[in-house]
Amino acid sequence: MRTKTLVKLVVVAVGVLAVAFAARAAKEARSLAANAAQRVYVAPGSYDEFYAFMSGGFSGQVSVYGLPSGRLFRVIPVFSANPENGYGYAEETKPLLMTSHGPVPWDDTHHPELSQTKGVPDGRWLFINANNTPRIARIDLRSFETVEIIEIPNAGGQHASPFTTENGEYIVAGTRFSVPIPQQDVAISSFKDNFKGTLSFIKVDPESGRMSLAFQLLMPGFNYDLAHCGKGPSHGWCFYTSYNSEQAHTLLEVNASKNDKDFVAAVNWRRAEECIAQGKAKTLPTKYYHNHLDEGSRIAKSEVIDSEPVLEPASCEGVVYFLPTPKSPHGVDVDSTGRYIVAGGKLSSTIPVHSFEKIQAAIAGKKIATTIAGVPVLEFEAVLAGEVPNACLGPLHNEFDGKGYAYTSCFLSSEVIKWQLETWKIVDRIPTYYSIGHLMIPGGDSAKPWGKYLVAMNKITKDRYLPTGPELTQSAQLIDITGDKMQLLLDFPTVGEPHYAQAIPADLLVEKSTRMFPLENNTHPYATKTEKDARVERQGKDVHVYLTSIRSHFKPDNVEGVQVGDTVFFHLTNVEQDWDVPHGFAVLGAQNAELLVMPGETRTLKWEAKAPGVYPFYCTDFCSALHQEMQGYVRVSPQGSSVPLGTGAPPPAPAAPAPKG
Amino acid sequence: MPIFATAVRWFLTAGLCLAALTGTRPLLAADPPSGPGVGPVKKVEVGPLDAAKAKEGAAVFETKCSACHKLDERYVGPALKGVTQRRQPEWIMNMILNPEEMAHEDPTAQKLLGEHMVQMTFQNVSQDDARKILEYFRQVDGAGAAAK
Repeated sequence: MRTKTLVKLVVVAVGVLAVAFAARAAKEARSLAANAAQRVYVAPGSYDEFYAFMSGGFSGQVSVYGLPSGRLFRVIPVFSANPENGYGYAEETKPLLMTSHGPVPWDDTHHPELSQTKGVPDGRWLFINANNTPRIARIDLRSFETVEIIEIPNAGGQHASPFTTENGEYIVAGTRFSVPIPQQDVAISSFKDNFKGTLSFIKVDPESGRMSLAFQLLMPGFNYDLAHCGKGPSHGWCFYTSYNSEQAHTLLEVNASKNDKDFVAAVNWRRAEECIAQGKAKTLPTKYYHNHLDEGSRIAKSEVIDSEPVLEPASCEGVVYFLPTPKSPHGVDVDSTGRYIVAGGKLSSTIPVHSFEKIQAAIAGKKIATTIAGVPVLEFEAVLAGEVPNACLGPLHNEFDGKGYAYTSCFLSSEVIKWQLETWKIVDRIPTYYSIGHLMIPGGDSAKPWGKYLVAMNKITKDRYLPTGPELTQSAQLIDITGDKMQLLLDFPTVGEPHYAQAIPADLLVEKSTRMFPLENNTHPYATKTEKDARVERQGKDVHVYLTSIRSHFKPDNVEGVQVGDTVFFHLTNVEQDWDVPHGFAVLGAQNAELLVMPGETRTLKWEAKAPGVYPFYCTDFCSALHQEMQGYVRVSPQGSSVPLGTGAPPPAPAAPAPKG
Repeated sequence: MPIFATAVRWFLTAGLCLAALTGTRPLLAADPPSGPGVGPVKKVEVGPLDAAKAKEGAAVFETKCSACHKLDERYVGPALKGVTQRRQPEWIMNMILNPEEMAHEDPTAQKLLGEHMVQMTFQNVSQDDARKILEYFRQVDGAGAAAK
């Protein structure tokens, strides 16, 4: 009886599932392009049309994919140490991960942002935020490596970051979690009185790309979630979404969803510059790290900064306005003309669009509903350009194709909708599998999108891939947006959880790519540029090994005279000057990582000599037919041993032939 | 966490007492009655209240449901007092057993997703346990026990 019921149940359950899958398959068949395979095929030896840079989410890194193939060909270490190439382990790279809290080996990356010139991605740098311990990194796109990291003080969960102004005058950041400023020991329930938000403006040097914190705007203690800056007519302004205008400090899931409207903060940064020039900013004592990689020595250096300018809205009239926006808005995106500011009200079923012209008119006409902590709140109707009605469930983010259409990701209803600016009419929908977060069109947040593909980045994949236990891959889906109907082309798995992404045509990067680092430019103090300078030196308990590598040997390849208790620094200079010939270095018992050394650069691995013996080291990166011969030994003797420091005694002379007899 | 658990227990106790004292009526009488919903449960026989089953249901509710549902107030999901008057017993069990498909296919569940904006999750509740939770809801809503 029981078994029968169970069987019946299983039959029913399977039936229900089968119907559900059949329905899904039919839906998907309608959206899948007929010749999808052909359209994503990139022939062997050919390049993809676009590079896509995806945030790695909790991997802390950036992953680089080709579009349309979806091929992964690089993971760039940014905020997480990476033993694979020694990033964060090699002595030269450690300062990059320094913060006011000490060295931090991990973070959560969310939003890559390509540098722009005149509102268009220029292929020079990629910026990305660390959400947990607030920082912004700059990746040099000539070498696809992290060259600078700046810490953002007075912030927590630095989510609204990093977004660029039209010419990279600033990269902006905003704190998701408001915190006491300056930090102090207060009751969490005193949130409304003691907690504040900050919106940060980071200057970018137009030549070197070097970042510096220009100022922070001190805001009411809401959660500042995302941002985008104006372009064209709205250049000079940046827009931030905020939620939790309730200022709840517990169970935000419920308590921060009560107000019908939260706000987009519209910041006039030119006005901020005026106020700062007039001396209206306060200098706040603080402490943050600014780390950057020196180009010649390729050694990262840290600088500690102990104060920064803070501007309060009440002391600088006109610097910031709140635009009422339903309801717990998430993304805020400026269309390619710079006229419209589209918010994604994640708990609203309509998509509100603010008009930059109307914002200016409302300010001029003093259409002010109220004021919160010195920030005027403009009237909703006065700034609203229109709303996309009955859009979808859970609209989060918007990108644009430059042809008058916007594309919105809808988390709850798992779809992308395409709608027309100015008529606010939905013209197409396509399902995503499943629970889409961000979406990305190459250049889709810039003044000139390359509106050919759209990438949906999904939080949940469930039945899309081979199951891998409880943890499944996140994934991206490539959608063709060249026709009237969006067409699904490809699914591909991603590294970590992708949040935002940016993409750029390959030809803007290919020509700039670094092939090697010229030895003559290497200013590393422990560089060994020719084999004749290879040597071993002792300074007290520190032993410095000046090593070179070239296919396929190290010089020196034997080291003797090291004693128990010594710290050995292997300074390996890869003296190759050819493309695609890194050498690796690994030594038995190393408790940190390996080194992966690019042609022309010097990297240092620290190694403790703990017990007498002879320890092999070798090259880890297959470099030639004789790669397996690329090895050496380090001999460790007891303390006080008389073994001389050096590269080993010559082999004993061959013994004389034994006399016959 | 202990404080949270205590609070949950308090709510449960308060709910039970209130139900016992007043024979609670639906809080949202205007809500339209649901159909049976979509899922494995086609027909549930509902008889006189089985207090032992309701007690077991309360225990399952506390471990698997109470992180998101309270009886008397909207929390992550809707308040559940009166749910047996608002929805058919089959609908309640199908929502527990098959929430994702319900949210896509059942109009009432779709509407709830629109209001609450959080997809209810399947908590690996067996059909037996779902039936016990239903009994617990019936007890909360003042269903009568069998006459002795």
